[in-house]
Amino acid sequence: MSFLNNYIYYIGAFGLILIGLYIILVKHNLIKVIIGLGILDTGVNLFLISVGYITKGTAPIFSKPGIDSEHMVDPVPQALVLTAIVIGVAVLALALSLAIRLYQHYGTLNLRKIREQRW
Amino acid sequence: MRRTVTILLLVIVALGISLSLAKIPFGVPKSKVGKHYINEGVKETGATNIVTSVVVNYRGFDTLGEVTVLFIAAIGLGAVLAASGREKMRKTEPASLVLYTGCRILFPLILVFGTYIFIHGHLTPGGGFQGGAIIASGFLLIYLGCRERRISRVAFNLAESLGGLVFVIIGLLGLAFGGYFLLNFLPKGTANTLFSAGIIPIIYIAIGFKVGSELAGIIDNLIEES
Repeated sequence: MSFLNNYIYYIGAFGLILIGLYIILVKHNLIKVIIGLGILDTGVNLFLISVGYITKGTAPIFSKPGIDSEHMVDPVPQALVLTAIVIGVAVLALALSLAIRLYQHYGTLNLRKIREQRW
Repeated sequence: MRRTVTILLLVIVALGISLSLAKIPFGVPKSKVGKHYINEGVKETGATNIVTSVVVNYRGFDTLGEVTVLFIAAIGLGAVLAASGREKMRKTEPASLVLYTGCRILFPLILVFGTYIFIHGHLTPGGGFQGGAIIASGFLLIYLGCRERRISRVAFNLAESLGGLVFVIIGLLGLAFGGYFLLNFLPKGTANTLFSAGIIPIIYIAIGFKVGSELAGIIDNLIEES
């Protein structure tokens, strides 16, 4: 039980990463592959945040004078994830635009059928 | 066949990950760098939000790189979608009065809220990236609710270029005044006031404009295509 208590965030994060990898490797529909990419992205962000967490931690913001700095969580992974989320959105949009062009060119989103076709 | 091979591969990956993760304890302080930022950050940068001081000041060059990645993704999306080159006029159903009026009332409020988030990035939770995303959501509301209304792409490009330019110019000014890129050359002021922390609010406002206009441009491109 204490094992679950200690590692539940890691297990969740890597569960998401493995689910995303499985979708990317197995599915044939391009939209589903892009959804898998999004899930993988979320898992990586969750893992980074949970590495920086401290038990009973607070946000690293000195909003009032004399606030206790002992229990603040690590700010470095939060700063990384902050930018990674926005970039993840942009990369997803780029992947979707490529999917739109592929559909216009081949008339299908099935990766196996696209591979069979010759233009 | 492919499915079993994949599951086997994932099991191996999971085993390797869990073996290495068992050595990382959860919930205890790990990095000395983070401790230093928390203890000295307010004194060194003047920003009370330590995450902001890490993003804009300690690792400002890194953030410049990330903003560039975002810019390239937006440019790539525009290039991929613009290659089709056909201007078809779509027939759009005009929105109902309730939807139209609701959008027009909510849009300025969302803009004000996003601006508040990125102006106060060095004091409260939030900052340029979050505020930019909120502003882009306001433009998304306009595109969904009032479909015949178009915001000019020139304004987006102008805001985007100005944001990037301000970021780089402030970095170069630091180079000119103190000898290294992105030096905090302005006075730091008293902590916990709006005009404090030197260059941090200026850079975050620039990032807010840049991210907001880029995400809104992405939404604009995708809606044009649909």
